[in-house]
Amino acid sequence: MMLKSSFSNARSALPFIIPALLLIVLFVFLPIVFNLYYSMFRWSAFDMNGEFVGLDYYTKLFRDPVFYIALKNNSLYAVISLLFQVGGGLVIAAILEEKIIRRWQPFFRTVFFMPAVISISVVGLMWQLLYNPDIGLINGALKAIGHNDWARSWLGDSKTAIYAVVAVSQWQYTGYMTMLFLIAMHKIPGELYEAAMMDGASRIRTFFHITIPQLKEMILVGSMITVIGAFKVFDEVYVMTFGGPGRSTEVLGTMLYRAAFRNDEMGYASSIGTVIFAITLLLSLLQMRISKTGREV
Amino acid sequence: MTGLNRLYRIAIWLWFAAYAICILYPLFWLAMNGFKSNRNFFLDPWGLPEKWQWQNYVSAWKAGIGHYFLNSAFVTVVSVFLVLLIGSMAAFGLSRFRFKGANLLLLIVVSGLMLAPQVSLISLYKMLQMIGLYNTHWGLIVPYVAFQLPFSIFLMRSYFLSIPRELEESATIDGCSTWQVYWHIILPMGKPILASAALLTGMNVWNEFMFAMVFIEDSALRTIPVGLMNLRSQLNTDFGVQLAGLAISALPMIIVFILFQKQFVRGMMAGSVKG
Repeated sequence: MMLKSSFSNARSALPFIIPALLLIVLFVFLPIVFNLYYSMFRWSAFDMNGEFVGLDYYTKLFRDPVFYIALKNNSLYAVISLLFQVGGGLVIAAILEEKIIRRWQPFFRTVFFMPAVISISVVGLMWQLLYNPDIGLINGALKAIGHNDWARSWLGDSKTAIYAVVAVSQWQYTGYMTMLFLIAMHKIPGELYEAAMMDGASRIRTFFHITIPQLKEMILVGSMITVIGAFKVFDEVYVMTFGGPGRSTEVLGTMLYRAAFRNDEMGYASSIGTVIFAITLLLSLLQMRISKTGREV
Repeated sequence: MTGLNRLYRIAIWLWFAAYAICILYPLFWLAMNGFKSNRNFFLDPWGLPEKWQWQNYVSAWKAGIGHYFLNSAFVTVVSVFLVLLIGSMAAFGLSRFRFKGANLLLLIVVSGLMLAPQVSLISLYKMLQMIGLYNTHWGLIVPYVAFQLPFSIFLMRSYFLSIPRELEESATIDGCSTWQVYWHIILPMGKPILASAALLTGMNVWNEFMFAMVFIEDSALRTIPVGLMNLRSQLNTDFGVQLAGLAISALPMIIVFILFQKQFVRGMMAGSVKG
């Protein structure tokens, strides 16, 4: 047929695709190849003619104690976020679907989601003030309930700083995960619950035996997004602590930024970039395997 | 049984109310302290303002927020427009045509979803310097468009697939070219998903921080997220104005979200991707 011909040859499809393809290849993929190349040279931002050093920066990186602090902090981010955003988000979504609160669901889900749309610099600067040892709300609240001894400089103390930063991420994104779970729950057929109810199953039982199995895929995808996100963290740490006090809150992202734009060790920074690439690629491949069934691609 | 039920109910309400307060109160605190004089803020950071200093908001706007706001608006509007145009074309090409290699192209495009922007930070910084876009608004727009395209294409393509083929077949019989099919059938029918893609892209671009900090050197060209950091060091002692600036920056996204929840949610679900 005539019409088949115009929609079945690449020549008529390519003009539509090429602009996007070009942009993505040039500005998303090519920089990764360059990053790998750059990581093998000693160079500074103002002098491109670097000296070839091979894999020296990788050896240096694996011997750098800060690298392990960063890895530990990224992992901490991942574990706590899984617990609060995926675990907490799931429970909150399930409760929002309960009869007793469903009428209020639109209100709660809007409020819970709200922080996710605000820029991280607003959120970070605001929390910096809330954590302030003298005027902050956190210490104020602790003093109000009679725990003066718990009050401290949350972001200034190397023991608490990373937890204080991670907590802000939970504040910002738990509602996001809740929303994803809510939408997925709306797709579970109601008959499943009705049948369970007839059999006299309790709410807790239906949660474990119907809700969780039905949402299995969303839970896996949500977990992967969260873990990948934890290894991409940069903004909140940069805004609130810039890796300090000391290097106690350093994550891979801030380590890279510091090496490149504070210490002008571009080659070293590129090697950190490669490590971030390797970790996120591995996790993404895992996610693609897991989520293959659910997507219409 | 009913007694226990009641206890559950009260516990859940308390929990949810406490959580809602944990979110709303800091935001309220932010906006309210934006109205205080510095003295008032230090003496009583919790209470209502002694005197409502509207001029804090005016000062914050004049101290740079207004300028950053316009920069952000320009970068966001242009990026969203380009993502919608280039993205919908690619989504059309990848959803309505059958040809060899289509799956490979799709795989390349969608793989872009997985890549962490940090990995490209240094090479992009160098590339933008070489092609002369460093320290210009286009130095932000081009990477933003490139990084937002994979998700938008993914989103729009799934939607375009659901548009019945008969429509374009009859249009082709009537003599429409593929461009006319794209323009007169796919785009109008795809409006809901274009709206979702626009909102999510807009939100991500408006809030983007790392590229905005590294690729722009000139304070006059800064967007809001980075501009706020400037404002902090510049107004280190004037908390009222600083907080007013933060409030002005947070407000547009909150309003847009409340107005267009449905479109946000649709896009999120299709993508399940965090900004």
